[in-house]
Amino acid sequence: MNIVVCVKRVPDTAAEKKLDPEDFTLDRESVESIMNPVDEYGVEEALRLKDEHGGEVTILTMGPEPAEKQAVRKALALGADRGVLVTDDAIHGSDALATAYVLALALADLEPDLVILGSESTDARTSLVPQALAQLLAMPGLTNVKKIEVADGKVTVHREEEGGHAVVEASLPAVVSVVKGINEPRYATLKGIMSAKQKPVDVLSGDDIGLDPAEVGLAGSRTEVVEAVPRPPKEQGTIVQDEGDGAAKLADFLQQNKFV
Amino acid sequence: MGEFWVVIDHEAGEPRKVSLQMLSAGRTHSGELGHDLVAVFTGAAYDGSRERVARYGPARVLIAESDEFESHPVQPVIETLAGLVAERKPDVVAFASTPYGKDLASGVAARVRAGVLADVVDLEVADGDLVCGMSVFGGATNVRCRVKGSPKIVCLKPNAFVAEESPSEPAEERVDVRISDDARAAKVTERVQEEAAGRPNVEEAAIIVSGGRGLGGPENFKLVEDLADVLGAGVGASRAAVDAGWYPHQHQVGQTGKTVSPQLYIAVGISGAIQHRAGMQTSKTIVAINKDADAPIFKLVDFGVVGDLFKVVPAVTEELRKRKGS
Repeated sequence: MNIVVCVKRVPDTAAEKKLDPEDFTLDRESVESIMNPVDEYGVEEALRLKDEHGGEVTILTMGPEPAEKQAVRKALALGADRGVLVTDDAIHGSDALATAYVLALALADLEPDLVILGSESTDARTSLVPQALAQLLAMPGLTNVKKIEVADGKVTVHREEEGGHAVVEASLPAVVSVVKGINEPRYATLKGIMSAKQKPVDVLSGDDIGLDPAEVGLAGSRTEVVEAVPRPPKEQGTIVQDEGDGAAKLADFLQQNKFV
Repeated sequence: MGEFWVVIDHEAGEPRKVSLQMLSAGRTHSGELGHDLVAVFTGAAYDGSRERVARYGPARVLIAESDEFESHPVQPVIETLAGLVAERKPDVVAFASTPYGKDLASGVAARVRAGVLADVVDLEVADGDLVCGMSVFGGATNVRCRVKGSPKIVCLKPNAFVAEESPSEPAEERVDVRISDDARAAKVTERVQEEAAGRPNVEEAAIIVSGGRGLGGPENFKLVEDLADVLGAGVGASRAAVDAGWYPHQHQVGQTGKTVSPQLYIAVGISGAIQHRAGMQTSKTIVAINKDADAPIFKLVDFGVVGDLFKVVPAVTEELRKRKGS
């Protein structure tokens, strides 16, 4: 089975994130970067399926070299077979839909049986890419999935719904986005890290995948940020030390504010 | 005249609160834009929504009914809506900013090649154009964004807009539903209810009570649930509590969980690490109960109690129960 996992490099979860004051894109230089934590579950799920069914796991990402290559190397160290990096100045500032367009072009050439993504990235957090990608590839889009099984050319997933889940069966190829907690991601071993250096990472330009530069980047995206301001600090609230009357005071506060 | 569409998010035909909030926001801004407000329903049967939808003032309702909207996940709805949008060219299409609503919005946007914005908490019309406000990076930065061109697809966050009644007698139009074989490629074989119905989920809840490491173990989430139930609230959990296996991850609030902005957020035994604050600091009113007076969560609160949660939480639950009863 040919599985492609799309991964994204994001600022460290604990870092304070900032926008570039010029073009309102994320300032990636000022913070430590990591692989999107939710994508780790996607990589693990792909490796688990490969262990079970055989095949190949390809890691796909987009963005500037060499930083993005590091995110790919991390997944290769965990056991993925090869990486593909799409890098082109034209891509800078692409919104979620433009991102899906770039990934769709690259994926068309990779001919995957299964495409796996994290259900969201911890920076922009829109969760818009997986379903947009599925539509552009004309594949079933199964989002927010917490269990995947593959058998007889079909994929069966548990898709989160309010208060429970739906069991969904789909033909392959399909696009699946996975939620945190679907599995227990493995750690890279020293051997894995060493062998990752020998694994191929193809670096593709926009031209290589047939990208129309007018569809991507800040100019080609169909949304734009017109203003970004830091949130005003909150005024200090009332804090009481519980002397046996804390609960009553809290109940008063909730009642005065009409929550009861 | 342009149209402002609101895609009704519903539970088995009954509109969710967010749909009424969207209709209210749509009514205000469609007026400013000179658009007609149109409610759009896709589901098995519209009857359960008719009366409540009409109370929130759409000029018209587009109704697409099919059992297949339930038996296949999202694809038939995306296909149907994309077809309607391409044919009728509304200027604005609003979806609920929930996992389901965002799935529809991104799918439709990709099909009709429109711009889409998620997690919108504020709308305004400036120079005749719709401007959307969002809070990014866990509430650290407020941004204003535009969708270029038309249609503009926007996902409105639950509880960010106020539902105000303004009854109308909308004209109803039923549209033909034709579902392609491609859209049938995924089908639902079973639906499994994992949690007792009744408690609102964290994305939609107007009030959330969350528990963290301070609870000391899974059995003590009962304290949080009891307080939640007396307030009609949803239950949240910090990453520490979820990673320890004390509560299911669907309830996790924070940077690697859900981002919520309810009317009231009560943090119980949660210190307020940046990863948690990123998921809840835009809540309208914040309350914390924690034994550590220096916990960073107290910097965010409107009201905080420094004390032993095992005493304060049951006491406040009991107190509220009494006051509700009287």
